[in-house]
Amino acid sequence: MKMIGVDVGGTFTDVFVLNESTGTAEVNKVPTSRPDQSGGFLDGIGQRVPDLSEVGVVVHGTTAGTNALLERKGARIGVITSAGLRDVLEMRRRDRPRTWGLRGNFDPVVPRDLRLEVPERTLADGTIDTPVDLDAVRAAAQRLLDQGCLAVAVLFANAYANPANEAAATEAIRAIWPNPHVSSSAEILPEIREFERFSTTALNAYLQPEVSGYLARLDSALREGGFGGEFLIVGSNGGVMEAETAADRPVRTALSGPAAGVMAAAHIATSAGFPDVITGDVGGTSFDVSLIAGGESVLAPQTSIDFGMVVRAPMIEITTIGAGGGSIAWVDKGGLLNIGPESAGSTPGPVCYRQGNTRPTVTDANLVLGRIDADNPIGGKLDRLDVEAATQAIATHVGDPLGLDPIMAAEAILRVANSRMAGAIRLVSIERGHDPKRFAFMPFGGGGALHAGAMLAEVGLARAIVPRYPGVTSALGCVIADMRHDFVQTINAATPTLDAAALGGVMQDHLDRGAALLAAAGSEFERRSHVVELDMAYAGQTHTVAVPLEVTVQGGHVIAPDRCQIDAAFDAAYHATYGRVLKTGLRRVINLRSAVIGHRPKFDLRALAPEGGTIEAARRGTRQVHFGDSWYETTLYDRLSLPVGAEIDGPTILTQPDTTVLVEPGLTARVDDFGNTILEAKANDI
Amino acid sequence: MQAIDPITLAVLAGRMEQIADEMDATLFRAAFNPIIAEAHDASHGLYSSVNGDTLVQGKSGLPIFVGVMAFAVKAVIDKAAADGDLEDGDVYIFNDAHLGGTHLSDMRLVRPYFRDGKLFCYLASVGHWHDVGGAVPGNYNPAARDAFQEAFVLPPVKLVRGGALQNDILDILMRNTRLPQSAEGDLNGQLGALDLGVKRLDALLDEYGPETVKAALDALGDRAETLMRSELAALPDGRWEAEDFLDNDGITDTPLPIRVALEITGDRMVLDFTGSAPAVAGPVNIALPTTVACAYVAIKHIFPDLPANAGVMRPIEVKVPDGSMLSAEFPAPTGGYTETILRMIDVMFSAAAQVAPDRVVAHAYGTINALSIAGQRGGKPWVMFSFYGGGHGGSSTGDGLNHGNAPISTATIPPMEILEAAYPVVFRQWALRPDSAGAGAQRGGLGAVYEIELLEEEATGFLFGERGRFPPQGVAGGETAAVNRFSYEQTDGWHEPPMASKMLGISLKKGQRVRLETPGGGGYGPASERDPALVARDVAQGYLSAEAATEHYGAAWQEIAQ
Repeated sequence: MKMIGVDVGGTFTDVFVLNESTGTAEVNKVPTSRPDQSGGFLDGIGQRVPDLSEVGVVVHGTTAGTNALLERKGARIGVITSAGLRDVLEMRRRDRPRTWGLRGNFDPVVPRDLRLEVPERTLADGTIDTPVDLDAVRAAAQRLLDQGCLAVAVLFANAYANPANEAAATEAIRAIWPNPHVSSSAEILPEIREFERFSTTALNAYLQPEVSGYLARLDSALREGGFGGEFLIVGSNGGVMEAETAADRPVRTALSGPAAGVMAAAHIATSAGFPDVITGDVGGTSFDVSLIAGGESVLAPQTSIDFGMVVRAPMIEITTIGAGGGSIAWVDKGGLLNIGPESAGSTPGPVCYRQGNTRPTVTDANLVLGRIDADNPIGGKLDRLDVEAATQAIATHVGDPLGLDPIMAAEAILRVANSRMAGAIRLVSIERGHDPKRFAFMPFGGGGALHAGAMLAEVGLARAIVPRYPGVTSALGCVIADMRHDFVQTINAATPTLDAAALGGVMQDHLDRGAALLAAAGSEFERRSHVVELDMAYAGQTHTVAVPLEVTVQGGHVIAPDRCQIDAAFDAAYHATYGRVLKTGLRRVINLRSAVIGHRPKFDLRALAPEGGTIEAARRGTRQVHFGDSWYETTLYDRLSLPVGAEIDGPTILTQPDTTVLVEPGLTARVDDFGNTILEAKANDI
Repeated sequence: MQAIDPITLAVLAGRMEQIADEMDATLFRAAFNPIIAEAHDASHGLYSSVNGDTLVQGKSGLPIFVGVMAFAVKAVIDKAAADGDLEDGDVYIFNDAHLGGTHLSDMRLVRPYFRDGKLFCYLASVGHWHDVGGAVPGNYNPAARDAFQEAFVLPPVKLVRGGALQNDILDILMRNTRLPQSAEGDLNGQLGALDLGVKRLDALLDEYGPETVKAALDALGDRAETLMRSELAALPDGRWEAEDFLDNDGITDTPLPIRVALEITGDRMVLDFTGSAPAVAGPVNIALPTTVACAYVAIKHIFPDLPANAGVMRPIEVKVPDGSMLSAEFPAPTGGYTETILRMIDVMFSAAAQVAPDRVVAHAYGTINALSIAGQRGGKPWVMFSFYGGGHGGSSTGDGLNHGNAPISTATIPPMEILEAAYPVVFRQWALRPDSAGAGAQRGGLGAVYEIELLEEEATGFLFGERGRFPPQGVAGGETAAVNRFSYEQTDGWHEPPMASKMLGISLKKGQRVRLETPGGGGYGPASERDPALVARDVAQGYLSAEAATEHYGAAWQEIAQ
């Protein structure tokens, strides 16, 4: 049987096909189809696997949800909420888009006239202050239907503490709503903090019609092609879920593709013997950094897709700065060279694409210095890149104002861009309390490996590991990812008065629901596991510490930890974070978080390694490439033809269809047992 | 001065900003108290060894600290010069607002940085501590008549002497706060941030050499100055005046004028606050450092691309006469400094709008509305204390933001559910306030309505706000927003405070409510120029009542609505 991972990005759709019987793999890259991405999806698979009945599993990393959010192309939806609270979604947490300037505005995804209030109120302790008026709820729902709403979100205050009012309203709406797109805040996120819960729920409703339609189209097209296996979607948490679950909870797919990439990076790096790695994806407009420590990626509790568009759900933590290949280099009135945040993206793209942009970008600088091949642009969309136009743009916009020739100006652009990327890596490590020097760097995406050497030099990292197929990392991650379901429940109790049995009951409920989802999936799991964590703090603090709990399950029953065990676990976690504990502090449990994980069998990454070959046979001539302040006659190699164990000293360039690996003077490139390229300082330079 | 090549300059500019950013990140992660950890009420940077001028400052701290930190460093420079005992490894600490600006809650740590035995620059860290003694927990005391009633006042002293922590200083500090654990956590975080700054600077100087880094710092200051001068030179010469008023100082019910004359000559600017009210008994005074820092905040909002260093202020002179409310002497109370600097920003915007309307936004809501409700529950005291939001001003590029934070801050509001879980209250309304925005071609953003009901038997409240009598103004022909309105329920009905937005000792019984209706932002440009379709949309969305729409914008919108 075959297993297929498909990552649909903004420009390309990547396909990774694993033949489980032979242990071999192949990749494919096709343009993403717009506006309906299913065309490219099916083409990309079909070109490699004509007979879909051979396929056991298709796993999809999707940007359908992300794009709908960023481009505000979700459905027309309505909101039914507690009396007095219709504006919570629009008021946010009283923030602003930018610190300086006081400009900028916010349009919520649900306009004010489609946010309706009904009489109802629950208090923070769960007491029902005002029972819900179901006639008013039905009338509101009917009004939203009359206004053409395709989905509705039910957002009641304190529904995390007692969902009765909200559940009754949701049931009444479901009875009359003509489709399944009814989202309830306590079902989506039973966690304290109304704006974050309401926003997550409303964005879920906003995405439901679009994403469920898209997934249904894909599913039926796959089935028509003879596919009889399982169709899974990667979630922002780096785990996969059934397509049906994703259609119901599309907000959990907001960072699907990038999350899959980080999962792949964790697996590749750990297999290669480097469990501490920082990934860097150089895209058209941004540089995305993620940190993996001990083989585990870091989960962030929430993210903002755009100003005021908060999604609170566990997601792989990815930090983005505006320094990608398309970022524009410019000199300000004070004479300082800046990179970004403005970007030419992939359309019109860098000057060398000749699609209308005349301001120089990072890619133009790489081109002018010979680091990328003008005659064989990666991606295959263009025939050649225009070096002269790029040189001219760099001269006009950077060289002349700074008094530099175009080559030195191009070097300057890269130095400033590299310095910003290195800064992002340092900051991400510091924020997580790590010294960046003990990490390896893993570039992925088409452009990352051009900047790997600079990251080693700037941050002081010992090595970089370039995966065999850096351009299809997310598709590979789809095949690797485990099934994972996350749950949360706000508890809000001080530990001396905590009802440990009740807490155990919530754990049981989470684990049961997770087990049911795993059982319902067609996948075979190597093993199942769970993670149980409490968000805890001292009374009076609002920021919490994640406290991992060892929870044993015997015969399907949770053995609930007692108060003493919880206190001890908090002290340990608090001490690890802050280096001390308070002798007199009152400990509070804010939230319970559980995850249920079905571990899918991992394939041996050695399947990707090259067989045979020689360095000589991989040689592909030379090119003039500029490093520092001089040109080097630089040998080129076809990267995929290099044998395992090959070692090549820089300066050299390793090329493959979707990536260029730049090996700077002073570095050595080595092909490891998995086909990865390891970049390190030359032995005699250490 | 050594000339520096443009590539190295660009790289060093980023590297040094990063050092300050990493210091911010270190403290945010280590701080115990949520005011620093979550609201980021802190700041770090590198400062001149000669006069304390800001060389580089982190991007994540509060806006008002950009500019005020230089005074903290200058205070330490003066202290060290007087004592003559500055040495490597020293760290000074103080909170005296008359020397360092803002208020006494902000604890400032200043550390000289030596290279090869010579003073190279200063590193500093400021953070808002949870409690520093004084009459009221948390140090917001609207009735304070002097600094001593606000907090424990610490002048610059050596907390660390040549690398050795002075335990007696630490003991004094910890004995003067109600929350010593929190204070110690924050202090450790600040010391850690300074350590990290030293480590990063060491590495940077090893790599580039002190001469090159010094040259880069000089060049960055010069470049900021050049940028500021080029902005000013592009504007016509002239003098523009503006005035606005604080309702009162909370003690005597007299309006307090804030006046500015903005004068541009060539590439220089004078901001003259002569004519503003003299120092007052209540806590709306500010010290001179705060005034200068506030000028910097206004300028940076008008020119948001300017860098955060002292070069920006070189072509700018800030004039304040002695004895002014804006140059108050120790020990005048300064706890309510936020209200005063918000009004200063407003008048600077109004003056600048007369010469460069495209660059300026109309007034924001102009008050932080510190509302506190306190009582006893199960024998234990509780205090709900928070600041509330309002609308931002309209601008040439669009309508103002609904429900934003204050221009001097980036802090977010606590979630309603967190407040309801922690205190015996229920919010009956947490909503936008229709008709609160100033009309204009681009209208202001809407203010908010918060209505809070007490669930316990009794409690007392106080409010320290502003804009109860003088609404946020429009610019470029835009109209004023609604004034701040506070009301509270008693057995005989609803009342409003005699001194508008300030009141102490409001006594509440179970089921009674307080209601805060905050101002929107001022409008930009004449209301007659607003697209009637947008007016019709605002009416349809309930941002604007039909009556107010017709009153401010005429009847054209009604045709579109039909």
